[in-house]
This record gives sequence, C-alpha cells and structure tokens, in this order.
Amino acid sequence: MVYPYIPHTDEDRKKMLDAIGVASIEELYEGLTEELMLSDSVPISHGRSEDEVLRMITSIAQRNSKGIPFLGCGCYDHLIPSTVQALANLPSFVTAYTPYQAEMSQGLLQAIYEFQSMICEITGMDVSNASLYDGANAASEAASLMIHAKRKATTVLVSSTIHPFALQVLTTWATGAGHRIRLVSEHLGVADFSQLDAEITDDVAGLIVQSPNRYGFLEDYSGIAQRLHERGCLFAISSDLLSLAMQKSPAEWDADIAVGDTQALGIPLGFGGPSCGYMAVTKALMRKIPGRIVGATVDAQGRKGYTLTLQAREQHIKREHATSNVCSNQALAALMTTIHLSSLGWGGMVEAAQQSYVKAHYLAYHLAQLPGISLIWDSPFWCEFPLVFSDAKRMRKFLQELRNEDIFAGVRLSSLTRKPQDELVLLVAVTEKRSREELELYLAAARRVMK
Amino acid sequence: MSESLLIDISKLGRKAYCFPVLDLPRGFEQALPEIPQELLRQKPARLPEVSELDVVRHFTRLSNQAYGVDNGSYPLGSCTMKYNPKLSEQIAKLEEFTSIHPLQDISTVQGCLSVMYNLLEDLSSITGMRWGSLQPCAGAHGEYTGLKMIRSYFLKRGDVDRNKVLVPVSAHGTNPASAVINGFEVVTVASDSEGLVDMDDLRSKLDSSVAALMLTNPNTLGLFEKNILQISSLVHEIGALLYYDGANLNAIMGMATPGDMGFDVIHLNLHKTFSTPHGGGGPGSGPVMVNEKLVPFLPKPDIELTDSGYVYNWELPDSIGKVSMFWGNFLVLVRAYVYILRMGSEGIRAASMHAVLNANYLKSRLKDSFEIPYAKGCMHEFVVSCDNLKKRYGITAQDIAKGLIDCGYHPPTMYFPSLVGEALMFEPTESESVETLDDFADTLIALLERAKADPAYLKGCPYTTPVGRLDEVKAVKEPNLHY
Repeated sequence: MVYPYIPHTDEDRKKMLDAIGVASIEELYEGLTEELMLSDSVPISHGRSEDEVLRMITSIAQRNSKGIPFLGCGCYDHLIPSTVQALANLPSFVTAYTPYQAEMSQGLLQAIYEFQSMICEITGMDVSNASLYDGANAASEAASLMIHAKRKATTVLVSSTIHPFALQVLTTWATGAGHRIRLVSEHLGVADFSQLDAEITDDVAGLIVQSPNRYGFLEDYSGIAQRLHERGCLFAISSDLLSLAMQKSPAEWDADIAVGDTQALGIPLGFGGPSCGYMAVTKALMRKIPGRIVGATVDAQGRKGYTLTLQAREQHIKREHATSNVCSNQALAALMTTIHLSSLGWGGMVEAAQQSYVKAHYLAYHLAQLPGISLIWDSPFWCEFPLVFSDAKRMRKFLQELRNEDIFAGVRLSSLTRKPQDELVLLVAVTEKRSREELELYLAAARRVMK
Repeated sequence: MSESLLIDISKLGRKAYCFPVLDLPRGFEQALPEIPQELLRQKPARLPEVSELDVVRHFTRLSNQAYGVDNGSYPLGSCTMKYNPKLSEQIAKLEEFTSIHPLQDISTVQGCLSVMYNLLEDLSSITGMRWGSLQPCAGAHGEYTGLKMIRSYFLKRGDVDRNKVLVPVSAHGTNPASAVINGFEVVTVASDSEGLVDMDDLRSKLDSSVAALMLTNPNTLGLFEKNILQISSLVHEIGALLYYDGANLNAIMGMATPGDMGFDVIHLNLHKTFSTPHGGGGPGSGPVMVNEKLVPFLPKPDIELTDSGYVYNWELPDSIGKVSMFWGNFLVLVRAYVYILRMGSEGIRAASMHAVLNANYLKSRLKDSFEIPYAKGCMHEFVVSCDNLKKRYGITAQDIAKGLIDCGYHPPTMYFPSLVGEALMFEPTESESVETLDDFADTLIALLERAKADPAYLKGCPYTTPVGRLDEVKAVKEPNLHY
C-alpha cells in the first residue's frame, strides 16, 4: 500500500539503505531483541482511504444529537465572529511548534504578546502567561504557586462554591503530593467568609474563590484580600473571562492571582476541549507564574521583536527545582480568543456580557412564575442561575419534554457533584446567542410541563 | 517589515463585529434587578477597536511571520514535527463535534464517546497496555497524571515510604519537574559511554525507597535502550514501577510495544506520534495508558460500553480523580483517531520504519561533516555536537541554527540533551522525502563550510527575517510583557 503521508518510493528506499549501508529497514532496529519485535501487526484495523474515513466518522458523528443548549457550568455557547475560524486556521499558525526560534516566529510571538496584554487589561493584573490547559488546571497552578510562595505552608483554602469539577481537579492535585485543600463553607449560594480569620491558620498559603460561582452567582469579596494579606496569604479569583466585562475585575478586588477559562471568547463547545485556561498575577509574583511568557525586546539594530522570556522559571531549565511542569499549553485556543477579542473590542465584549445578562434574567423571571419550580437564593447572577424543582419526577419529565423539542434545558447539579442533596437543582445558562424565539420555545415547553 | 500591535491602530467607533439587536419585550430591561454597585467593574479594558479587514490583515500578516510544517521542513528533535493531514482538520471541524456541549445528556453524545472509546482501544493495542485515560491535555500533563497514579498505587498498598523517582540524565525536563510537583524526590541516573542507562549506576540507586524509573525509549539521543528487559526486571524486583515517556514512540509504533518492554504506565503525545498539529504550542493531548496493575487508579470517569450504549463510570473508588475540567482535548482526540483509521496497522508501522530510515539517512549524510558523539546506531533522531567547531572556529550550535533559518529551514533542537556539548538534535520524521533530506544535508554542509571560512557571517545570522537575534538579557532585565 502507498501512504500519502510517507513519500518514499522503492527506488528511494534502496538509495537510502545503500547510503546507510544496511540491507533493510529492519536492520536499523538492531537494539530490539527478537522477544520484543512484534511478530504480527498490532490488532487495529487496516488503513482506509480518505473517503472511507470521512464516511465512517460522519456516521459516528451523527450519533450525537444537537439541540439548543441552555447548558453552561464552565462551557458556554456564545457567538463567535467568522474571523476567528478563518484566521486561526491559517496553516503557519496551526502547524508551527512552540516559537523557540524567535526570528522566524515573530507572528506567533506577537499574537501571544497581544493575548497576554488583553488578559492583563481584562483582569487588571500586571503579568499574564501564554495560557494553561483550562480553568481547573489554572486553579491548580494557582494553588501550587501559593504553596511555593509561603514557607512551610501546606494548605490552600478553597471556597465550596467553586465549580465541582475544578474542585475535583484541585483535590487530585493535593492528593499524594503532601498538600491539603480545606473548604470554606457557603451560605445562601455564595462563599461564607464569616469564619475566615479563624480559618487562616499558619499552614494556610492562600484562598481560591470563584465568581460567577458554581451556581452562577456573583460573589462579594470586600475586605477579603486585606484579611489574607495581613496573614501573609495570597488571594486567587477564578472567573469566566467574559464575566469581567460586567463584574469587578480580580485587580479591583485586590487579588494576587486571576485564573479561569477564556472559552466564552471564541472557542467552540467541542465537547469541552480544547478550552483555554488563563493566569495573570501581580508584579510581585512575576517570577513565580508558571508556563510560557513572551516579552518584547530589541535586536542588535534596535528593531523591536518578541521572544520567550523569563525562562529561568521553567521546567526545561529548572528540572527538579521547577515548581510547575507546564510545557505545551493551549496556544492555538489562546489565538482564537485573541482574534475574538480583537474583533469584539471592549464595546463588543460588554455587549455580549450584557445581552447574556438580560436574556438570562428574562428566562429566569418567567420560569420562576411556574408552579413546581423556584429560583433558590436571592443572590445576584449574570448569565447562569439555579432552579429548584419540587420533586425529582417532575424534573425528569421537564428535561425529557424539552429534549423532545431539541432543547437542552440545563445541567443537573448532581451530575457534577454526585451528591443526593443536589438532585433537584438544575443550572440554566443563557448567552447572547439564544434568540428571542429560542427563549420563548423554552418557556412554552416549560409551561406545558409545569402547569 | 514589523507588524504594528492592533491596539496601536485602534480608533474608537470602529467595529469588526456586530451583535444582533436585543429583541426582548420593551420595558423588560428597565424591570431588571440591579446588580449591587460594589460588584460592578469600574475600569474599562483597553482592547482594539478596529474594522473587520484590520483584524484579517493583522493576523494574516502575523501568520506570514510564522513557520509551520506546511511551510517547510522542521527537523526539531524530540518534537516529531510530521505532516498534519488535512482530513483530520476537516473532520475535527464537523459541526456534529464542535457544537456538542460536554454536559449534554449521555444519550445525545454517543458519537463523541464512540470516538473516545475506540481511540482508547486502538491506543491500548498500539502500546500493548490494558486501558487508559484521554483527559491529560499535554505530554507533561500525562506525566503528572501517571506519577499521581503511581503514588496512589503505593499508598493503597500501604507502601508509604517510596519517595524517589529515578530519571536518566538525558530525560526531558518535564520528567523531573512532574516528579517533584507530585512530591517525589528526583534521583538522576547516569548514562554510560554508549549513551544508554548506566546499568551499574541504576543498580546502585534501586532500593525500597524508589517508586519508579522514568524512561524514554528510544531515549533522547535517539538510541534504543537495548537492556530494557533487564532494566524492567531490576525495577520490578524491588517493587518499583516503570514509567514510559512516549515522546519518542514514533520510532517503534507497530514494531514493538512499551507493554512488552515491561512498562507499567505510559503517556503518549498525540500531537507528536499521531499527527495532530502543534498549534504553535498546543493544544496537544497526552493520554495515559496503563497495565492491569494501575487500571483502578485511572482518572475518572471511565468510558464503558454497555448494552444501552456508552456510559461514564464514576464508581471508581481508587481513581486519582479528575485531571481536567471536562473529558480532555476532545477535538485533538478526533484528529488522532482519524490518523489511526487512515494509516491502519500496517501504516503506523510504515510510519515508524520510515522515520527511522530518514534519521539514519540524514545521519549518514552528515557524519563526515559533524561530530556525532553517540554514533552507534540511531532510531528516529540523532544528536550532533558542535563542541569541536566551537573550539576551532568559535561556531556554536546556536549559530548553525540561526544560519539554517536564512536557508529556509527550521533548525533542529538546540542544547538538548545536556550530556552532549553544543548539541543539535535532528528528527526529520517520515514525512520528508529523500530529495528534501538531500537538500537539507547539502545546505547544512555548505553552511558549515562557509562558516569555517567566515565565522563572522554566521554570527550575524539570520539576515532574512523581520528581526535579527534578539536581546534576551534585556527581555529578562526590563520585562515588557504586555501593551
């Protein structure tokens, strides 16, 4: 068989083997003893043509069902300008490696510099890295940074209102590595800081919170940074980047670390990945932030250029003295966010956030009128809110009936936490992409079920 | 020509995108509850306000100042810069994949789960492992996950004092870093005169405090660790586990498996071996694959095939837990699956064999011009040293690399592994034709000759790029990290 991805002809192989001085390619595997050499091909299928693969995968893909998603919980269906796909697919972006050779990678490096700049502008922080895997991993990196920033600290306080999956990723991070996660309790759907002073014991390195939180509520962090800083602890806030067009930025709360996802800005749902995590910090933590960073400098002729910098922090230099192992990040996804933000501008970002806010409140207001459903807690929310059903049977019926109309009505909180007490809570997300017609479709179906 | 920052041509009032007009009933906005003032943002962010064409030209021009596999040869050692098939790109953009939310009802995502399940089956076969997890987003993330599982394995057995991870001196920097962030102490194992694991040094460091040995095979010198079975028994005799860094799997796919070599846990780099694009530094994908011993510790949820279709299994009491927000870099997984379907069992074997053929051919073309310290046999990559060039002519590995840029080639990996002085590491991959390799070798040899005659010329390279060598000291001392 001829493989389009392998250009060698019989003649080429002969010429090359002659030059090397062996009779066959197998001879080049001399280190592989007979007991290691596979006698048969590995048990996967035979190769297929492009057309066969396309048909096969298209039929697999059609086993997915599309619907109108009112689903959020860390992944949101926002509008994406056509520029994002078109430009992020340019082959020299897609097929490039990490820009180690700065002179021939100025375009990539400048795009990352612009990404870092936008993250700094939006979070209000001083220094951003070039991206991390996702918001949950960014929170783990924040926890690591805290532990390494304070001598003898072993524990990170985490609000029980952060995304349940982010909490699970943080728990994994702590397990077996000698770190501890201690939860700050919640009250009426938001973090409860009334005991914070007592909770900041000597072993505590810092606090990680999230707003909008796991229920969609905005949290109030008045005075929190000061209470932490007085005890030598760091403060990290995790946020959906788009929400910062409306809510107070991490810098305005005097946080030390801002983390979260940029998925809401230019990255498709894609079954949850790739997303793009971000992390930005104060100047004081510049040499402790993990991951790649691009900086501007000059060449010998004084021309401005961009290069990877502050590399003394990174694993390939520090090896066993490194405080993070991050190498590849999510560069292409970060580029999508950069193109998206370049297309929207600040005005567009604010509009996306505000329309999401208005539409979410429109749906919430009308759903709350129905019998058997209520909005729990009276905290302010942005584009996502929790509904509580009076009983499990009606909730199931609600979800099923709406799905029959191709509406994905929300995410069951218990599917994330796997806790019985969350059984009756449904998280509903509404973005600016949901049209009036889609909102009315949702409401009409909901009225039929919940009458 | 340098490209301006988009913010520098920003003009208030220009727009590159318009949202639909909000069409809710009149008056509803006025009835909205107020968000308390103290929760609202005060300071606007400075983002570009430009036209759509401004955006298009800006990023198109930036892409013209980038270089990918589609632009030309990219023999970057240890990175496996092979061709990224266009079919994979086309399929990863199917709306039936891109528009699926990760938390949809399981009955509506059977297509996605089918891709993931079948990919796991194929990766298990290719590596000779029992099962795995697709959650890790990159190679280093896979290492983190694998070591976490090793830690849990020993904790579960009550073997709490195994605190050391052995790492060869030639290992990737992520190996020791991943071990340390999981709370292990790193012990470095020396290389012998052939560039392989020094067996005496290994023996002296193996004791009951060792949790694992991390190995790349072939190693970062491109050499196959031929004592691997002996290494495996030594490691297992003392109750430790063997970890495989899959960075170099492209040398042996379909020829041998890490499972047969005795590895207990491995990570793969789908963006290397399975042809998914590197994207300028991600998103990649770093699945972990394990043998029977470690299956209970895999991240959760697992995907299972039942009579009613694919389901998530969360009931895994010994699982290390989640390592990613959702299920991993799914759209990268789709691309890798397409590659495996296209190539099939014979194709992946052919890929490895031709990767090895290409590296050996290029090495044979360069061996009279460059010093090759570990010359005996190589697999898919090899390392040359510029030590002698530096001594005689003052020419460094970096100079050669920068000279290659002017010749239209991406340079090889520089200064790695550290046990070779002034190292240049070449990995041509199976994608390149003999004509390309010949041209590359001719170019490199001619460059070397010119440099010997006129070292100053090489010191000034590159001349053809938008900027020359950059002042990296200034970049560190006067950090300019945002606009």
